[in-house]
Amino acid sequence: MTSGMADALLAARLLAADRKLGGMVLRGGGPARDMVVQALRALLPADTPVRRLPGHIDEDRLTGGIDITSSLVSGTLVLQRGLLAESAGGVLIVPMAERLRQDIAGRIAQALDNGGNFLLVLLDDGDGPDERPPLALMERVAFDLGLHDVRSADCDCALPAPIPGGSLPLLGDEALSALAATAAAFGIASMRPVLQAAAAARAHARLAGREIAIQSDLEAAVRLALVPRATQLPPEPEAPPSPEAEPESEQAEQPQNDNVDDDDENAPGVPEELLIEAARAAIPPDVLELIASGRAQRSARGGGAGRRTSSALRGKPLGARPGVPGGGRRMALVDTLRAAIPWQPLRRRDPAPEGAGPIRFRRDDLRVRRFEERATSVTIFAVDASGSAALARLSEAKGAVELILAQAYIKRAEVALIAFRGTDAEVLLPPTRSLTRAKRALAELPGGGGTPLARGIALTRQLADAVASRGRTPFLVFLTDGSANIAADGSAGRARANADALAAAKGIASAGLDAVVIDISPRPRPEAARIAQAMHARYLALPFADAKALKAAVTIAAEPQKKRA
Amino acid sequence: MARFPFSAIVGQDEMKLALLIAAIDPSIGGVMVFGDRGTGKSTAARALAALLPPIAVVEDCRYGCSPEAPHTCPDPCRSTKAGKRPVPFVDLPLGATEDRVIGSLDLERALRTGEKAFEPGLLARAHRGFLYIDEINLLEDHLVDLLLDVSASGENVVEREGLSIRHKARFVLIGSGNPEEGELRPQLLDRFGLSVEVRTPKILAERVEIMRRCAAHDADSEAFAAQWAEWDEKALQLIARGQKKLAKIEMPESVLIDAAQICSAVGVDGLRGELTLMRAARAYAALKGARIVKRDHLLQIAPMALRHRLRRDVLDESGSTARIDRAIAEHFS
Repeated sequence: MTSGMADALLAARLLAADRKLGGMVLRGGGPARDMVVQALRALLPADTPVRRLPGHIDEDRLTGGIDITSSLVSGTLVLQRGLLAESAGGVLIVPMAERLRQDIAGRIAQALDNGGNFLLVLLDDGDGPDERPPLALMERVAFDLGLHDVRSADCDCALPAPIPGGSLPLLGDEALSALAATAAAFGIASMRPVLQAAAAARAHARLAGREIAIQSDLEAAVRLALVPRATQLPPEPEAPPSPEAEPESEQAEQPQNDNVDDDDENAPGVPEELLIEAARAAIPPDVLELIASGRAQRSARGGGAGRRTSSALRGKPLGARPGVPGGGRRMALVDTLRAAIPWQPLRRRDPAPEGAGPIRFRRDDLRVRRFEERATSVTIFAVDASGSAALARLSEAKGAVELILAQAYIKRAEVALIAFRGTDAEVLLPPTRSLTRAKRALAELPGGGGTPLARGIALTRQLADAVASRGRTPFLVFLTDGSANIAADGSAGRARANADALAAAKGIASAGLDAVVIDISPRPRPEAARIAQAMHARYLALPFADAKALKAAVTIAAEPQKKRA
Repeated sequence: MARFPFSAIVGQDEMKLALLIAAIDPSIGGVMVFGDRGTGKSTAARALAALLPPIAVVEDCRYGCSPEAPHTCPDPCRSTKAGKRPVPFVDLPLGATEDRVIGSLDLERALRTGEKAFEPGLLARAHRGFLYIDEINLLEDHLVDLLLDVSASGENVVEREGLSIRHKARFVLIGSGNPEEGELRPQLLDRFGLSVEVRTPKILAERVEIMRRCAAHDADSEAFAAQWAEWDEKALQLIARGQKKLAKIEMPESVLIDAAQICSAVGVDGLRGELTLMRAARAYAALKGARIVKRDHLLQIAPMALRHRLRRDVLDESGSTARIDRAIAEHFS
């Protein structure tokens, strides 16, 4: 059995042993995931309620309230119980958690905070770190498990052993301090994971029937609760752990030390060193990759998939239209009445249904409220950070982007940043509203290398499509000198690179994306203009370092125009 | 389960101070808390609400009328009996709809008795207490507008769905958010009275202490609360003394001049900054048991009263706290 599966089953047992752990995120993996969920159900008492939360659930169904449709049609008050209340003492499973609406996530988080007493299982089908379940929920569950590497053969293992009785052992100061130090070494700022790790260690000790938590309990807790949240790699130890440190017994044998904090943190053999070492080996490759790309947890989560979904339930009221309330649409009572009144004489000729009120409603009287929502616009900057551009005007280009950012900030638009240099393009910043992060990403952007323009354009298109698929309006701003020299397949060669770039640019035009190309070469050149033409984009030569002209230019550029028909 | 005691919160001195000041003088306006997740923001806010003594209300009044001013709500709350209830603490969920916040037509009564009645929302529930909004920067703008409006005027006016209702809604607004995940519009930010920045403690000993106290709280919350009752009582006395002293506190001319000077030095536009600075300095002096506001009091609370009002400069990297410290150092040393 791979460790991914073993860990997931262990996590399920820990959750069954201590509900305070909140729940878990299960990433990827069809049959393996079902298997883990099934194991969790098997570990809990047979009558434990297990509920699935569909993504389209509305607030009333979630928290309970009046079932308006049935109430009106039957003429009596029909109440419905909320899903959160139904899953009390049981398990709430959220499929497609990465697309969960923010208001729903907020409700669930609040329920968890106020002693909701259910285990939350988030099934995450997200594609990479930019698509993850809402942060508010990720924080409140103890475990984040990847099941991508689990092969189907691993799935026919036996169900985990049932949970033994007994109470949760307490952790000594030594153990607490080891966990806190380990969290610090992994760059985990939030206190929640640390507290969850402590709870996990206690649950782990209880599973083994121990009165006191030992090193292996702490190791398991660190591996499951802390390592997936690492934002940095712990510093390498200066000396190898000394041989007299016996991992298994040390925790239990060491006398309680009152001035723990006076310990030299780097002394070899203290538990956190061992913990960190053990944890280092357990870092899954995807977390390592995230850390290496500098996008671990904090920034990766900030963008969060589907988080700021603007919804049709709020905004400026527009009036009512026929429709059935529910699924987030709210009933317009006055308009419903107005629709029903003219039919009353006719309807009274029919025999009154059981418990009918003074007014007889039919389904088609129902009116729902409509709101005007402003579609969020997302400005995607694709910045050419190649050697030629860097030489020319990269810093001025950065300045221009900052000016547009300030504008975007006023309009509450979101921004995303893509850079292309060397042989490839990358998303430096997924769509965000945070000016702080955009500025930082921009400041950290290095220059130099070839110009893989084709790849830059292709990646921008990909991001724009993703943005559009979430109902937001992408607007593309390319800052380049247009002199491509790396082709789409990564090979060097100016002719091929230019042809590929033009092809990619035509793709933008055919997708009907609104774009502008800002030429950042020292002197306006035909290449960038040609790219702009192929894209059906506006072309703008960046005026020379005159702040006022620059600002005027980018202000025009930052105004998304209606696409010509 | 007893709430986590206010005095058992490790560190977070600035936030605790801001909350105490807001408790002494709620007219300062709300407190905006900037900080990462898992730093104990909501724990501190909840703990303060639980610390305060219960308020007297007209029995069963849905709007929390005080027995001293009964029948001031839209309901006929004619009961002459007074009851006690804990200081309200309303946790506004993200994605709350306008209906839930300001209140809406009571559908239940409309359906059952055909009566047009108002169902009070979260604003009515928060009257005389605290309204806490986690991740306020992710809340829709029009809701934030509305909340700030109500918290400034102390009154919720509903004109929709054929209803015309107004009721009192005086509360301390506490917003929290992480600027990394989206920002609040400056116009809105300016309307918060105080702002604080919280971080998780970096010192290992403090983090271990947090874990220890949380474990003790989880194991037996009542016993843990009892253990801290004495400290909580002291904090409560400080608040009570401060509230009593507040009206009589003197504000010398020289301190007023200092306040104006700081504001102009850091470039705070508008009078709101100066007014809040003065009020906060008074409340702080009252908390400290002083009779006269001194320059020290003013300088101590200047960062939290002004930090969020500085005009943001897209191209200036230095944080606003640093800019205030610099201005204070230049003018008063």
